[in-house]
Amino acid sequence: MDFLTYFVNGLSLGSIYAIIALGYTMVYGIAKMLNFAHGDVLMIGSYITFVFMSQMGINPIISVLLAAICCTFIGVIIERIAYKPLRGANSLAVLITAIGVSYFLQNISLLIFGANTKSFKSIVTIPPLKLFDGQLMISSESIVTIALCIIIMLALTTFINKTKMGQAMLAVSEDRSASTLMGINVNGTIAMTFAIGSFLAAFAGVLLCSAYPTLTPTTGAMPGIKAFVAAVIGGIGSIPGAFIGGLILGVLENLSKAYISAQLSDAIVFSVLIIMLLVKPSGILGKSNIEKV
Amino acid sequence: MKKLLSVLLALTLATTLFACGQKQATNTTAENTPAATDAPQVFKVGGIGPITGGAAVYGQAVQNGIKIAIDEINANGGFNGYQVEYHFADDEHDAEKAVNAYNSLKDWGMQLLIGTTTSSPCLAVADKTSADNMFQITPSGSAVDCTANPNVFRMCFSDPDQGIASAQYIDSHNLAKKVGIIYDASDVYSTGIYEKFVQEAAGKNFEVVAEEQFTADSKTDFTTQLTKLKGADADLVFLPFYYSEAALVLNQAKQMGYAPTFFGCDGMDGILTLENFDKSLAEGLMLLTPFSADATDDLTVNFVGEYQKRHGEIPNQFAADSYDCAYALKLAIEKANVTPASSVSDICNAVKSAMTSITLKGLTGDSISWKSNGEPNKTPKAVVIKDGAYALAN
Repeated sequence: MDFLTYFVNGLSLGSIYAIIALGYTMVYGIAKMLNFAHGDVLMIGSYITFVFMSQMGINPIISVLLAAICCTFIGVIIERIAYKPLRGANSLAVLITAIGVSYFLQNISLLIFGANTKSFKSIVTIPPLKLFDGQLMISSESIVTIALCIIIMLALTTFINKTKMGQAMLAVSEDRSASTLMGINVNGTIAMTFAIGSFLAAFAGVLLCSAYPTLTPTTGAMPGIKAFVAAVIGGIGSIPGAFIGGLILGVLENLSKAYISAQLSDAIVFSVLIIMLLVKPSGILGKSNIEKV
Repeated sequence: MKKLLSVLLALTLATTLFACGQKQATNTTAENTPAATDAPQVFKVGGIGPITGGAAVYGQAVQNGIKIAIDEINANGGFNGYQVEYHFADDEHDAEKAVNAYNSLKDWGMQLLIGTTTSSPCLAVADKTSADNMFQITPSGSAVDCTANPNVFRMCFSDPDQGIASAQYIDSHNLAKKVGIIYDASDVYSTGIYEKFVQEAAGKNFEVVAEEQFTADSKTDFTTQLTKLKGADADLVFLPFYYSEAALVLNQAKQMGYAPTFFGCDGMDGILTLENFDKSLAEGLMLLTPFSADATDDLTVNFVGEYQKRHGEIPNQFAADSYDCAYALKLAIEKANVTPASSVSDICNAVKSAMTSITLKGLTGDSISWKSNGEPNKTPKAVVIKDGAYALAN
């Protein structure tokens, strides 16, 4: 029974990683860049929700939607200012810029919201699910997160495969210059990717803070990195891969905490990343592309 | 268009930077600027602590607590008949900045230091005061080495003392049969308390059934640790770490339907001030602290009233410790009969030897005395959270 509890807790932690990893993997798949600021957009999204919901008393669902809209704009603005000028630059320059943006967002929220921890009220109010006479409790946040994660994954897959915009995204991810020749607005498509990624980040932030209800300017940093690991394990660029990677990571982390050592759990998680990169660098569901010179 | 955009951006950036710069500038003028007075007819007392940043809650409490005490002391004739001037400098809970703060206070002419508020800056500053032979009393630097130098005294309990006192309290009040511990393995404060607690627990009437760790990088998910404690049937969970993580532990325990008695140390103090915190989660939480804001003695009532009038909130233990520090200085200075005309080093030597022979009736203890190693002698009180406020546990 204990094993089952650890496993379920791992799944709920993993589903949060998965939902963050979806944003990472989308941006990487289409814009071919690691948006390290993703975790911080998530944190901003949580703060905005916090302001709307707890300080202004707006209905939770509306607050989340408002925050998601704000994040969408923030994501597009970041892309426009920080990443678009570097479209032709090498990937290292873009990576460093992304780290810069991440620090910028952390410090700007330190300035605006202050460093004191804020306690976040969960937006999920359904009672937890009890199984086997209450021996196994599944928190309502986990259920909502897993459900939302699957919905988002299906919606994204449909969007990419069935809509014109989605097809444009696929084309851009395949070959940017050829897409330009075919009349696809590459800049517009990449901006759209960032808009969707940041929109999702707001949801991820709210779910993260509902499950773990404290909010500080560095809230997004560690989950962001873990989600990145999840995206790589699942195969970065692959949407179902992000989901699988997130769940594997969450379960692995919780089981190693339970049966090996709480202090070593992060070391174990990151060793899995290293092993994955050595054995199958493209990840579980990733396509192995040979770099063309 | 592109040019316009970049100009606009540059402007925004410049204003942001300017705004930050300006804020810092006013801070320094308010707290650090040396006021040029040559006449040594006043004692100059400095304070250091984080009034911005992650530990701001503690530094602000210390700043306010000292201020109230110094105002009272000045109204009643000052230290040994001399008025007291007081300046407080921000260290942002950073060792390097604490040393800078110390240097600027020294430029101002500081003769005695109350500080610093948090342990790691305190260790850095204690080396400086030792080199300058300046008397230092820390209200809340609890790491053992804070008082390693003979010129440094402290008002709060040291980390090991808190561990020992917690174990003794749980034992003597029969709070539990089976105790589980969660501690932050990456933090000196938390491991310091944990180690002594476990040592002291041997031979007591309770049993430590589970010891679980977490680290600074994985301090959001405690469900695994809680599941283990629940599996071990722990009826009391000892949480020797800070309140922001403890808030998560309480929340996750509630979601699991696990309701043991939670027991914390002074780092738990502040949990009720967490913005937007659901206070019902902390119902029944016990913490060991030398100060309870709802005690009914005159000293506490006056202090709490004054603090509320000035700052609109209930003072925490840090405010009380720092208030007591100012009064301890007064007692020791009067006992040693020193005047502001003496050199910093002479004041230090006199006050240092006077400290071990004074007994202070303060907010954090009825009769606080000091050993020559700088450690205070006082009895800890336990408070329990009832209806969202501290109440004295019996």
